[in-house]
Amino acid sequence: MTAAGWIVIAVVVLLVLWTIWAFNRLVKYRNRADEGWAQIDVQLRRRYDLIPNLVKTVEGYAAHERETFEEVTAARSRAENAQGVAGQADAENAVSSGLRQLLAVAENYPDLKANANFLALQEELTGTESKIAYARQYYNDQVRLLNTAIQSFPSNVLANTFHFAPREFFDIEDAVRAPVQVEFEGQ
Amino acid sequence: MHEQIAANKRKTVLLIILAVVFTGLIGWLIGYLFFYGGTAGLVIAVGLALALSLGSYFFGDKIVLTSTGARKVTPEQEPRLHNVVEGLAIAAGVPKPEVYVVPEIAPNAFATGRDPDHSSIAVTQGLLQMMDRVELEGVIGHEMSHILDRDILIGTVVATVVGAAILLSEIFTRTWFWGGGRRSNNSGGGDAGILSLILFAVGIFLLILAPLAGQLIKLSVSRNREYLADAEGVLLTRYPPGLISALQKIAGAPHAMRAANNATAHLWLEQPSRVPGDDTSTLERLFSTHPPIQDRIKRLQEM
Repeated sequence: MTAAGWIVIAVVVLLVLWTIWAFNRLVKYRNRADEGWAQIDVQLRRRYDLIPNLVKTVEGYAAHERETFEEVTAARSRAENAQGVAGQADAENAVSSGLRQLLAVAENYPDLKANANFLALQEELTGTESKIAYARQYYNDQVRLLNTAIQSFPSNVLANTFHFAPREFFDIEDAVRAPVQVEFEGQ
Repeated sequence: MHEQIAANKRKTVLLIILAVVFTGLIGWLIGYLFFYGGTAGLVIAVGLALALSLGSYFFGDKIVLTSTGARKVTPEQEPRLHNVVEGLAIAAGVPKPEVYVVPEIAPNAFATGRDPDHSSIAVTQGLLQMMDRVELEGVIGHEMSHILDRDILIGTVVATVVGAAILLSEIFTRTWFWGGGRRSNNSGGGDAGILSLILFAVGIFLLILAPLAGQLIKLSVSRNREYLADAEGVLLTRYPPGLISALQKIAGAPHAMRAANNATAHLWLEQPSRVPGDDTSTLERLFSTHPPIQDRIKRLQEM
């Protein structure tokens, strides 16, 4: 075979290898984004489960704050039925603000704040809030990688051919997480 | 990070081969002394080498955890610790490690295991009492980075191998004093006397070499990794002040660790044998498995 023939074969082989690598990379990022979203869902559900208990405990000390209880309960059921990434984020923000008000109410009752049941629930809520934040961080990192691969040349050709769609970022406020998150350049 | 993982795997393989050769040699010598050489020595050699390499890979984490006195804790016993570990596992995208507490007053922590699917994180009682949530997240983030980078595998293998080497070199020298000595009396010949002398020399050599080699290996796997795990841990928590404040509390803590020993020193968050307040002497720097804590704090502050 001629030298030109070998070169053509080499180019074709390289092209096939690159296609396999790039395709698998896209699949990996998409699966990780899915995993990340599933994890967010798990943590959000934990938060839904905590709300009725929290409301019941605070109610025992502050029965007249009915408005706050109803608000957070309503926000919770709206969030459970929310659709899409942006819709979910809006609904969760309402839950977060409801929870903030509930905790603000609790602040006024020293007996409640010393209640062992309330303290355990508060730890669970703080833990769940930070897990939501970490799940969100992981999901957004994976979405960023996926979207970059889908949009940049030459992998965008592959992404278009096999219908890889970019994902939406998930941004919500934390209800109880205290420290301000520091943003890193290029992360 | 991927180069780091690949380098760790290469080093682990190399280390296991070295350990196999080393223990094989010692096993053969023991066989030679007690069972008059030949096949018995070979069997003991292969057996010891296999036991050590497979044991350090599959049970290294359990050995390390047991040797430090760590107890497994449930989410009901330590809700805050469990919540923080689970949160950072989510951030790192790995399964949640098993959670252990070491009954020690000195604040410290370590991670061990084979890979992210088989990993454990242990913290001391003192650390739990001393750190607030944000500081605890900083510490656990650091340990989670060791898990992500496969530092835990090489660290655990080193701990097991160094521990075994120290043990074997002790067995060997005692073997000479009892078995070897008796043997030269029995045969009475000049050849056996010379052989016994050679074995004694080898024994002394191993006795000196084992801990020193262990020390060198530990140096090669630690130090820079600590800076890296600090940096990566902070990437997970996105909050450098948490780890900075945790390290400052550890630097200022007045307690030395009881469970500290040569074999596991490199695994801990901060070197357990360090005398509080003294980390500038040249000799200490030379034999440290960890960079000076003030340097680590300084690097984090510059991020």
